Amino acid sequence: MDIQELEKIAAQVRRDAIRMIYAAQSGHPGGALGAADIFVALYFAHMRHKPYPFSMDGIGEDVFILSNGHICAAWYSVLARSGYFPIEELKTFRRINSRLQGHPATKEKLPGVRIATGSLGQGLSVAIGIALGKKLQKDPHLVYVMIGDGESNEGQIWEAALFAAHHRVDNLIAITDRNYKQIDGDTRDVLNTDPLEEKWRAFGWETLSLYEAHSLPAILSTLREAVSLSGKGKPVMIIAYTTMGKGVDFMENDYRWHGKAPAPPEYERAIAQLPPTLQDF
Amino acid sequence: MRPRFIDLGAKDTRSGFGVGLLEAAQRDSRIVALSADLMGSVKMEAFAKHFPERFFQAGVSEANMIGVAAGLATTGLIPFVGTFANFATGRVYDQIRQSVCYSKKNVKIAASHAGLTLGEDGATHQMLEDIGMMRGLPEMTVISPCDFNQTRLATLAAAQWEGPVYLRFGRPVVPNFTPADDPSFEIGKVQVLLSGTDGVIFATGHMVWHALQASYALEEKGLSIAVVNVHTLKPVDEMGILSWLEQTPVIVTAEEHQVHNGLGDIISHISTKYRPRFVERVAVQDTFGESGKPDELLQKYGLTAHHIIAAVERAIQRK
Repeated sequence: MDIQELEKIAAQVRRDAIRMIYAAQSGHPGGALGAADIFVALYFAHMRHKPYPFSMDGIGEDVFILSNGHICAAWYSVLARSGYFPIEELKTFRRINSRLQGHPATKEKLPGVRIATGSLGQGLSVAIGIALGKKLQKDPHLVYVMIGDGESNEGQIWEAALFAAHHRVDNLIAITDRNYKQIDGDTRDVLNTDPLEEKWRAFGWETLSLYEAHSLPAILSTLREAVSLSGKGKPVMIIAYTTMGKGVDFMENDYRWHGKAPAPPEYERAIAQLPPTLQDF
Repeated sequence: MRPRFIDLGAKDTRSGFGVGLLEAAQRDSRIVALSADLMGSVKMEAFAKHFPERFFQAGVSEANMIGVAAGLATTGLIPFVGTFANFATGRVYDQIRQSVCYSKKNVKIAASHAGLTLGEDGATHQMLEDIGMMRGLPEMTVISPCDFNQTRLATLAAAQWEGPVYLRFGRPVVPNFTPADDPSFEIGKVQVLLSGTDGVIFATGHMVWHALQASYALEEKGLSIAVVNVHTLKPVDEMGILSWLEQTPVIVTAEEHQVHNGLGDIISHISTKYRPRFVERVAVQDTFGESGKPDELLQKYGLTAHHIIAAVERAIQRK
């Protein structure tokens, strides 16, 4: 798929996420907008995966785990638009009797979701377990996982960091959604995680920087570089310098858009900046 | 004549887990295991020696260990995680809740050193709230076997059981009195070890042996008291328990656990649902333990055959 096509999808994914969150009058727009380009790169160009029929074990394909589950509106849109479930289902986001739970869950059997995430810090460990399971079953495919930088306050992230390096889990590519924002403010004010790259290097991970985290060519080339580093005894971490709220000017870099839905006038301003590029749900 | 259970040779229940885990792994190549720097204490060494590629040392990182296990289970493997009951439950409650139970992963949590009988290490390590925490989780199965032989069988059964299992056992050497390949052991079914017409003691874990001793002593006084082993605390055998509640008003529970949220509450719940009865509880009375020898602790905190006998006598008086 060419870059223009991917950019078109990413633009629609942003629009989907805002429409979903507005319709539900709840959700997490900032992170969803910030990670949309990476999700699109992974699912539409980079990963070798099988949307249908969905297999929970993920054996024989690349697997992605979203550990910072709250940003799932954009992820759900990408899953639907890459064929995991019907696009119309996006309109049920956060509604009663929906498979699209407020945070990702397996109980309702939404294709594409392999673990519940939402309580932070847990998905990286799960991804490591899936990577070990692939090794034991001689599956050469890779495991991808996204974690948040606010999420990296959790101790379990650093337990997992130690474990993956110690056990040479080198079929794992993690991505930190490094937007420097968390619920109560800037990460440097709430609980500083800097210097983050040095931390991951010190923990024994191959660590890459993705400065242009909204450029699809840059994302794809960093993902390819990460793949080239896999299989060499170390897990790989990509620090992706994303912009929270990317694509909606008044949401960009404003931590207050972590977890609230836009009011009607805000929605009108936001959606005007996100014109449809594909069919709306 | 009622059966006479005798000690076939005292052993620790944790060793029953170790033997069962190795056997299960020899039968099923999907079984893998993780330990949080306690492989020796939790008796996982034989497994690690026989199957080094299927064993993962997690270090003192229990939260990560639960998550890694959930990931391994996602790929179709059957992970057993082993650590002390304290670190296997309270410390990782949220990981078990979200990554294992809510996500419905086939993870087996092997919790050793449960209860007061951990002994000298004291209250920091004496987990007495775990049955409550674990049975409160949807999707979880909770098993508390009574001796070495039954812990081995419970481990084998847990390996074949689909879904999350919490398997609770202990540290000290205790009487081993159930048959080696007891055909009456089945997850989700109570075991009637002794029948009786004057009352019933429901017991779980180490307290089953003490319940048997209490029943034998009461027999000397002319009382016929049944002993029912409730090794599966969830899913609980409601009908198996109810049939005893129907038969007798003398109901006693015995558990090495806090008085809240454990076996006493389970029996009371069934009782209030179908057949209201007074329930006399032998359990730790909402307090922390302390350092000491297992027998000294059981004595001080009221968990011996004598305490069970007193509870039966109280129940008879309330009749």
